[in-house]
Amino acid sequence: MEFLRFATAGSVDDGKSTLIGRLLYDTKSIFQDQLESVEATSKQMGNEHTNLALLTDGLRAEREQGITIDVAYRYFATPKRKFIIADTPGHIQYTRNMVTGASTADLVLVLVDARHGVVEQSRRHAFLASLLRIPHLVVCVNKMDLIDYDEKAFNAVKEEFRNFAMKLEIPDLSFVPISALHGDNVVERSAKMPWYEGSSLLHHLEEVHIASDRNLIDARFPVQYVIRPQNEEHHDYRGYAGTITGGVFKPGDEVVVLPSGFTSKIASIDSYDGPISEAFGPMSVTMRLTSEIDISRGDMICRPNNQPTVSQDLQAMICWMSESTELTPRMKLALKHTTRSSRALVSEIQYRIDVNTLHRDEKPESLKLNEIGRVSLRSTQPLFFDDYRRNRNTGSFILMDEVTNATVAAGIIVGSG
Amino acid sequence: MSITTYELNHLDQLEAEAIHIFREVASEFERPCLMFSGGKDSILMLHLATKAFWPARLPFPVLHVDTGHNFPEVIEYRDQRIKELEARLVVASVQKSIDEGRVTEEKGPRASRNRLQTTTLLDSIEENKFDALFGGARRDEEKARAKERFYSFRDEFGQWDPKNQRPELWNLYNGRIRQGEHIRVFPISNWTELDVWQYIEQEEIEIPSVYFAHKREVFQRDGMLLADSDFVTRSEDEKLLTLKVRYRTVGDMSCTGAVESEAENLKQIIEEISSTRITERGATRADDRVSEAAMEDRKKEGYF
Ligand SMILES: Nc1nc2c(ncn2[C@@H]2O[C@H](COP(=O)(O)OP(=O)(O)OP(=O)(O)O)[C@@H](O)[C@H]2O)c(=O)[nH]1
Ligand SMILES: [Mg+2]
Repeated sequence: MEFLRFATAGSVDDGKSTLIGRLLYDTKSIFQDQLESVEATSKQMGNEHTNLALLTDGLRAEREQGITIDVAYRYFATPKRKFIIADTPGHIQYTRNMVTGASTADLVLVLVDARHGVVEQSRRHAFLASLLRIPHLVVCVNKMDLIDYDEKAFNAVKEEFRNFAMKLEIPDLSFVPISALHGDNVVERSAKMPWYEGSSLLHHLEEVHIASDRNLIDARFPVQYVIRPQNEEHHDYRGYAGTITGGVFKPGDEVVVLPSGFTSKIASIDSYDGPISEAFGPMSVTMRLTSEIDISRGDMICRPNNQPTVSQDLQAMICWMSESTELTPRMKLALKHTTRSSRALVSEIQYRIDVNTLHRDEKPESLKLNEIGRVSLRSTQPLFFDDYRRNRNTGSFILMDEVTNATVAAGIIVGSG
Repeated sequence: MSITTYELNHLDQLEAEAIHIFREVASEFERPCLMFSGGKDSILMLHLATKAFWPARLPFPVLHVDTGHNFPEVIEYRDQRIKELEARLVVASVQKSIDEGRVTEEKGPRASRNRLQTTTLLDSIEENKFDALFGGARRDEEKARAKERFYSFRDEFGQWDPKNQRPELWNLYNGRIRQGEHIRVFPISNWTELDVWQYIEQEEIEIPSVYFAHKREVFQRDGMLLADSDFVTRSEDEKLLTLKVRYRTVGDMSCTGAVESEAENLKQIIEEISSTRITERGATRADDRVSEAAMEDRKKEGYF
């Protein structure tokens, strides 16, 4: 069965966790003991309804404050698909946790409170989703029950969101009017909104086409680990283990190894279960080459006629995630890209994006917590990368503080030089 | 589905994700180890780790935090597997922690060594200078575990701070730590209980007999069926019954409950799991019943 990974997004209290609870409840994915415990806690907290948000808001602090702080992962399946849900927080302070949940998603649900329309946090999250190039975005206009299931109000939010989204790159955008609290249009289409002709949210999640979102063209294999058994049976075995991050590899393929530039051929693609005739993402495999060349972790195996950019200088969109420090020119940070670790120097901050207007503030002094901007970086070692647009795996990196070791930024490569 | 669609089924995707993480940790850390309890999730972990490094041996030892209250079948299984894999086993003994006065045994009929394990584990981490510990926790098990990262940072006291976790982006993991700190690594985070059983069936992985339905002397306590053993004290009205049961999780005998079951083989177990209405921990773990946030609290202290 196929997986769909999706994340929730949108402003605080717009109903993300309630929606996930409802989706789980109405698909009968909740176990009796979980439900009993959530019912008991709801009562104890004096809630009028069973608070389905408690199914994901599982931390003490989250329950005390009634908000989501960090991503909760939940799982459910229908006969059509298996789903991995990342329920993320809406609070601006925890934007980095939203990015965490969204970074691996195929689809994002942006919730908007029908009464309040598109607010700054809805824009920020939609912008982040487009920056992360999540191919599918579904806007759930929620709390329709509080506005009498009014079609006009739904259309107004739709219009407002569309206007903003026009300036973003969102390949697949759709809208569903829902009530997460009562379940309208969540699993079943609601009789209260006969004017809505689309499908229920679940139906949409089951049907959305994701197979073509992967890159099967540019063969990329970052070497992760070198397997050298050094036992009698496999005395001379030397295999390059890693995860295919793009394209397709086959035994016999001519390959080039970066950074050395040596060429060779794939002798075999091995796994514990036997040889593999074709390897593609996201398989974890082990490759052997026909010639003995020096290859180590951080090197990249690809095809001679289709190579990534090799450069120490990169242009990237940065989402800054540190509370205690700011990104400033000349700053040095630890960088991790594919299986390669290096150090990076911030050469320049070109602009910062105002998430409300998408206006660019040229040459800001710094990027602060949750700010997004375009930055030039120089790496101590050459990196082998593609445009993030073309390949999410070889176009992304993280930055870490060299003193505190915290992960301080998500990086999206938009060019070299 | 033919291979030319270039799609992996869900079990193969989960396997690939786990193998990626095993290799990443083996590359970036100096002294990793794999925590092994003898339960199905650790058995799965051992299998995945074997696949990740084949044809080489495991590049790290296996750590068993031994409460001394084990199912004998499980210890037998452990020793057998370790031998087959030519792996190195490190045993951290809770009994030894008690003897050395590091912890005191709980008293009363509900005494359990569950919580004591944390000290034994943290002592062993310090002694062996482990910097990364693979655990078989899954996010679908419990609501605090649903919040875990693949790489879960622990400070020099082994503490988890759920309100201040490192962001985890794409599949780029931050393994940077200072001396004395460590990372708990959860390669099977995204597996559900059903996935685990389906995979065990697909891979024909051998598992200890306690997972299959068998006749056993048990008694009712707090709505759970506990096995009669030297490690529990029964009160007078806790009468022994002989029932056909199996285990859904395997831990310390004093706090792991059995479920009534007719499932004698993997196919039947999968059918049973597909239709069950109770979570595995809800059905079987006394340690989670202490309070609503029992798992979160234990995890903050450094528990698995
Ligand atoms: N009337 C009504 N109330 C709703 C609906 N959906 C959610 N709510 C309420 O809105 C409040 C916030 O819901 P949550 O699900 O916690 O919101 P959230 O988006 O997850 O919030 P954060 O995770 O903290 O950003 C709760 O009181 C819900 O009961 C809805 O469809 N109708
Ligand atoms: Mg929430």
